[in-house]
Amino acid sequence: MDAWRKFKGNIWKEKIDVSDFILNNYTLYEGDDTFLEKPTSKTKKVWQVCEELLQKELEKGILDIDLKTVSGIHNFKPGYIDKENEVIFGLQTDAPLKRIVNPFGGIRMVESALKSYGYAWDKETAKHFKTYRKTHNDGVFDAYTSDIKKARHVGLLTGLPDAYGRGRIIGDYRRVALYGIDFLMEEKRKDLYSVEDVITEYTIRLREEISMQLKALQEMKDMAFDYGFDISNPAKNAKEAVQWLYFGYLAAIKENNGAAMSLGRTSTFLDIYIQRDLEDGTITEEDAQELIDQFIIKLRIARHLRTPDYNELFAGDPTWVTEAIGGVTEKLAPLVTKNSYRYLHTLTNLGPAPEPNMTVLWSSHLPENFKKYCAKMSIATDAIQYENDDIMRPIHGSDYAIACCVSAMTVGKQMQFFGARCNLAKALLYAINGGVDEKKGDLVLSGIDKMEDKILDYDKVMKSYDLVLDKVAKTYVDAMNIIHYMHDKYAYEAGQMAFHDTDPEKLMAFGVAGLSVVIDSLSAIRYAKVKPIRDENGITIDFEIEGEYPKFGNDDDRVDEIGVKLVSDFYQKLSTHPLYRDAKHTLSVLTITSNVVYGKKTGATPDGRKDGEAFAPGANPMHGRDESGALASLNSVAKLPYACVCEDGISNTFSIAPNTLGHSDTEQIQNLVSLLDGYFKQGAHHLNVNVLNRAMLEDAMENPQKYPNLTIRISGYAVHFNRLSHEQQLEVIRRTFHGKM
Amino acid sequence: MGKCKGQIHSIETSGMVDGPGIRVVVFMQGCTLRCLYCHNPDTWISKGKFEMTPLEVVEKVKKYKNYFGKNGGVTFSGGEPLFQKEFLLETLKLCKMEGIHTALDTAGICEDPEEILSYTDLVILDIKSYKPDLYENITRKKIDTFLHFLEICQKMNKKLWLRSVIVPGMNDTEEYVLGLKNFISPLKNVEKVELLPYETLGVHKYNDLQIPYSLQNVDAMNKEKCNKLNTLLNEGLYE
Repeated sequence: MDAWRKFKGNIWKEKIDVSDFILNNYTLYEGDDTFLEKPTSKTKKVWQVCEELLQKELEKGILDIDLKTVSGIHNFKPGYIDKENEVIFGLQTDAPLKRIVNPFGGIRMVESALKSYGYAWDKETAKHFKTYRKTHNDGVFDAYTSDIKKARHVGLLTGLPDAYGRGRIIGDYRRVALYGIDFLMEEKRKDLYSVEDVITEYTIRLREEISMQLKALQEMKDMAFDYGFDISNPAKNAKEAVQWLYFGYLAAIKENNGAAMSLGRTSTFLDIYIQRDLEDGTITEEDAQELIDQFIIKLRIARHLRTPDYNELFAGDPTWVTEAIGGVTEKLAPLVTKNSYRYLHTLTNLGPAPEPNMTVLWSSHLPENFKKYCAKMSIATDAIQYENDDIMRPIHGSDYAIACCVSAMTVGKQMQFFGARCNLAKALLYAINGGVDEKKGDLVLSGIDKMEDKILDYDKVMKSYDLVLDKVAKTYVDAMNIIHYMHDKYAYEAGQMAFHDTDPEKLMAFGVAGLSVVIDSLSAIRYAKVKPIRDENGITIDFEIEGEYPKFGNDDDRVDEIGVKLVSDFYQKLSTHPLYRDAKHTLSVLTITSNVVYGKKTGATPDGRKDGEAFAPGANPMHGRDESGALASLNSVAKLPYACVCEDGISNTFSIAPNTLGHSDTEQIQNLVSLLDGYFKQGAHHLNVNVLNRAMLEDAMENPQKYPNLTIRISGYAVHFNRLSHEQQLEVIRRTFHGKM
Repeated sequence: MGKCKGQIHSIETSGMVDGPGIRVVVFMQGCTLRCLYCHNPDTWISKGKFEMTPLEVVEKVKKYKNYFGKNGGVTFSGGEPLFQKEFLLETLKLCKMEGIHTALDTAGICEDPEEILSYTDLVILDIKSYKPDLYENITRKKIDTFLHFLEICQKMNKKLWLRSVIVPGMNDTEEYVLGLKNFISPLKNVEKVELLPYETLGVHKYNDLQIPYSLQNVDAMNKEKCNKLNTLLNEGLYE
C-alpha cells in the first residue's frame, strides 16, 4: 500500500493498533534544539490575522456566535482564516472564533450564555429544539435524588457536568491519518455484527452506539470533503497526516463542548510521517515546522460557548487541548522525536499561549538535551506542565495521554466519566455542625451529631468526619451514576467514541477540593487547641487557635500523613459503591481555578482560614504556610499517593523567582531539570512550573497593556493573565512564591 | 560517632546559588571574624537556635537527595563552619558515607583543616582581601590563618570556588581587582571566581542586635559596575 511505504511492523496493519505503529517506526532524537526553524511568512500572515481577531475577542468577550445552527460534525459550512496562506484547514464554524450553540447538554446553559453576551438564540431553532428534543440536563434532573440536589445547592458537590458536555474524552485522532475513515468504518461494522447473538440491555445500547459512531464517521468524510479533502483512505504524506488527524479532532469540537477537549499524544506519531518526507527530500525542516505551527494555530483558536458562572470556575476561556509530549516506552526508550521539539517550539514561533495545553511526560529516562530544552522553554514562557511518566506508564502502558490537566488514559482504549469534585473542607464543617450548612443553615446531612465541646477533640472530630464522608461518598456516586447514564443517552459523543475501541474501559473520575485546608485544620485540632465560636443557632462560624501546629507543605510527616490517610480513606469509601457501566473509581486532587469559588462558598475553617477565603489550588499547601523552602513544599505534596488512590491526578502549582533558580541561564536550566527529576523521583505526579517574580504580576495587574501575552500556569492549565478576573489575579499573587532562600 | 551536638542557625532545603546544583545549606553558628560588611551578625555568637547531632543533620539532608542530580549536595555555611570543627567533621563523614557531594562555604579560619578537607569535595573560599592590611581592617584578624588554609587546599588539590565582596570606596577599583587577579592566577583547581556586590540587606540585623554598624554610610555596590569588575577579573584567568 502506497500510503504505508517504508513503514515497518505487522500487527498494526492487521488491526487498529497505533501504539504498535509508533513503536515500530519512530526515530528517537537525542540532540539539542539548534535544528529548529523560524515561522514561515505564510505562518506569520495567518497568525497575524488571528492575533487581531483575538484582540477583538478579548475586548468584546466573544467575537461571534452561529445562532441558527446546532452543534454537529457536518452542520457548518467550511471556514477560513486566510485561505491563501493556510496550510492546514478547517474551523469549527464558517469563521474563526465564531462559537457553536450546543444545546444537547442543557438549554438553560445555552440561553444564559447567549444572554450574558447580548445575543438571542434563533427563534425557529430554539422552538424546534425545545419542542422535540430532551436534553442531558432534563434527564439528570428527572432522576436526581433530594440528597443530591441538597449537596449541589450548598456547594458540597460543585462543577458537576450535569448541564453541559462532560468532556475529558480523548479520541484517538491519529487513527484517521494512519488508517483512513473507510477502514475505521469497516472495523466498526465488524464490531456491530459481533454483538448480535444475545440481545440484552447491554448489547442494545452497544449496537446503538456503534451505529451512531458509523454515522459520525460518514459525517466526518463529508465535512472534510467540503474542504476539498477525501479522508476515506490513509494519509500519504506528512501534510495529509497532520490534516487528517486535525479533521478527526475538529469533528470532536464541532460535535461537543466538553470542559476539556484534549488532543492526546500526537507529536511522535506525526514525526514518523515528517521524518519519512524529510528522508525522501519532499519537504524541508522549514516545511515541517510550518505544518506544526499552522496546526497549533488551529488548536489555539478552538472555542466553546460558556456562561459567566462557568468562567468564574474555570477562568480564561480554557479548552484544555492537552497534548502529551515525551515519555518513554515500556522498555524505557525515550519517545522523544524532533517533533516533540517542534510542538514546544511553537511557543517561540507564535509566542507563549495557554493552548494547546503542553504537557511533558517526564521520566528520569528522557534524554538530557530534551529535559534541558523543556526547562529552557518553561523559564521563557511559563506555559508547560509536567507529569510523571514513571508512575503513569506502569498503569496505562506507553501510549496514554492526558485529558484536561492531570487525567491519564490509554489512547483509544480507555475513556473517562468526568466528575468534578466535592468540597472536603465544607464536609469537615458538617462534621462539627451536625450536617448543617454553615453558610445557608440548611440541614444537608442527617444523622450527624452537633459538637458542643469548648475545645475540639481530635478523635471525636475524626469519628464524625468519617461518618460525614461515608454519606458524601454515597451521594457523590449516586450523582455521577445518574449524570453519565443521562449523558450517554442524550449527549453521546459519537464522533469521539468512533476513535475508541468498541466499549472501551471506563474510568469514573471523582475529585476533592480544599485538601490542604482540611489537613491543616485536622493538624490544628490535633496539635494545638481549637476553640469553636458559635452563633445563636449553635452553628460554628469561626475558630480560635491557641498554640502552634505543623502545617502541610513543610515536609513534616506528623501533618503530611493526615493528608495521605484522608485521600486513601475517601477513595475507599467511594470504592464501596458500584458504578454505572462497571467503571473503575479514580480520584483527583485538582481544582483548576475553582479554588476561589469553593473558598467563597465555605465558612471559616479550624486552620484559621477566614470565611470566604480562597482555598489553595489542587494539592498545593495553603498560601504562605509552606515556609521551609521549595523542596520541603514539593516533598509534602509528593507524599500523596498516586497508584491505587489518586489515579486521576494530583495537581501542584509551583512558582519560583528566576534568581532563586540560579545566577546564569545555564544554572537555571540545570537546576530546574534537577528539581523536576527530584520531585518525580519522590513519586510525585504533576507540577505546573512558573518561573517569575511576584512584582511582575503586580505590575501586570496595574498595566495589562504592557503584558499582552503574559501566560502563567494556574492549576492544570495555563492562562493569559489578563483573562483572569480581578479576584483570581489577586489569589494568584497571594500564592507562595519560592523566593528568598 | 555522631553524638556531638552542633549549634545550627538554620537549614535551607533548596539553595540553588550556594555551590553547584540544588543544595541543602546548613548555616552553622559561630565565627571569630567580625567582618565590617558581614550580613549575618546573628551567627557570630556560638549558641544557635537549634542543637542537632550530625546524624540528625544528615537525615534531614537525605530527604532531598533525589533533587541533587549530578552536581548538587550539601553546603556547610555560617557563620564560619570551621568554628565547630568536631561536629563538622563527624557530619561530613556521614555525608560521604551516603555519597552526598559536600561543599564548605568558608573564610578559611582553621589551623589544621586537613582531616575536614579530606571529606570535602568543594571549598567555596571567601577572600576577604589579598592585602594583609585591608584583610585585617575588614576582619579584625591577621591574614596568616587564611593564607595557611589556602596553602593546604592547594597541597590537597581541593577544588575551589573563590569569592570576594566588593564594597564601594574600599576595594571597588580596577587596580585592586587586577591585584586580586595576580593573587589568584597562580592557584590551581580553581573552578569559579566571582565578585559579589556589597548589599545592605543585612543592616537591620545590626539594629535588632544592637551592634554598631560601621558601614552605616556606605551604599550598596552598583551591580553593573561589579559585573564589569567581575569580567575584568575573569578575563583570561583560567583558559
